[in-house]
Amino acid sequence: MKTNDLIRLLEEDAPAGMSLGRRITLALLAGVVVAALLLIVTVGLRHNLASVFETARVIFKVGETLLLAILASALVYRIGKPDLPARTRALMLLVPLGLLVAAVVTELALLPPADWGSSWRGQHAAFCVFFIPVLALAPLAAFLVALKAGAPENPALAGAAAGLAAGAIAAAVYAWHCPDDSPLFVATWYVIAIGIVTAAGGLIGRRSLAW
Amino acid sequence: MASEADWADWMRRAIGGDAEAYHRFLHAVTPRLRAMARRRCDQFGAPPSEAEDVVQEVLLAIHLKRGTWDPARPIGPWLSTIVRNKMIDSLRRHGRRVDIPIDDVVEWLPAEAQADGSERVDAERLLARLKDPQRDIVRSISVEGAGVRETAERLKMSEGAVRVALHRALKSLAAFYRRDRHEDE
Repeated sequence: MKTNDLIRLLEEDAPAGMSLGRRITLALLAGVVVAALLLIVTVGLRHNLASVFETARVIFKVGETLLLAILASALVYRIGKPDLPARTRALMLLVPLGLLVAAVVTELALLPPADWGSSWRGQHAAFCVFFIPVLALAPLAAFLVALKAGAPENPALAGAAAGLAAGAIAAAVYAWHCPDDSPLFVATWYVIAIGIVTAAGGLIGRRSLAW
Repeated sequence: MASEADWADWMRRAIGGDAEAYHRFLHAVTPRLRAMARRRCDQFGAPPSEAEDVVQEVLLAIHLKRGTWDPARPIGPWLSTIVRNKMIDSLRRHGRRVDIPIDDVVEWLPAEAQADGSERVDAERLLARLKDPQRDIVRSISVEGAGVRETAERLKMSEGAVRVALHRALKSLAAFYRRDRHEDE
């Protein structure tokens, strides 16, 4: 095939579809809605939600996961675009990390050492590590499909960013059910659950986002 | 020579569906890509005849990834990054061939000579791998120069079906290039 023949093919191909940004917005909305509905129809919201919501630990848990979800999603918007650097947005992820460390230190200072173990273990650690990845399935799939239209410099890293955002969205949704509020719990089991989704995203992205 | 602003303008209109502007854009970009590809082939020790394959692979990437360009931004940095990433990939693939044992090179040399017209071996071989309606559509539009409508009439398909098949064929071609690379590694 001559190059001019190829150019003719490209010209005849239908006009460019949706922009990458719009695809990611749709993926984000769909992912959040499906994850939230899945939580509501399966395990439901926490029954004493209104009464516990003022406590600092709950506010931290909800705020921290929400912040991570927002910052990681902002990174997903950027990572499929070849001409825009993603470094600043990646570095922004240090903010929720720093908050988490600060919360853990504060919790250790406040709690008597005898209570550390029970706060860390919580009541539903295994379920948390299982259910956050389940809630992340829809957002992860949606982000990966959207990013297939992207041109990431490093496909594995782009997949991992999608996994981190999906995991954080799932965690932010799960926080509305989860009865374990200690930052020690969040820093362990939430982080493991989000890490699983991030790794899965990276593994899938390595192949599926290559272009 | 057209300026970067012209390129951006053509691409912006192309994304909006202006085929004429897209034609101008592609024909303005191609000679530049060709010069770059020849220089890079030289630098990496790949035979200059491979440059045209690199050009085609890069063009395909520009086409399939044009949705990642934000029309509010300049097109130069976007284009350069796409071209650089794709050219590295493509040259790596061609570079490997240079490293294969002597007797394979002997087998390979006549193909290069034959390819010295502007028919590309790689593209031909990859086209042959397309499935049936896709291959006919690609041949009809590229080699025979028919439009989508004419192709649809000839193959007794709807225009929409031809468009969908054409788009899939282009995606498949890009995937073939990619897979080829992985097999070589």
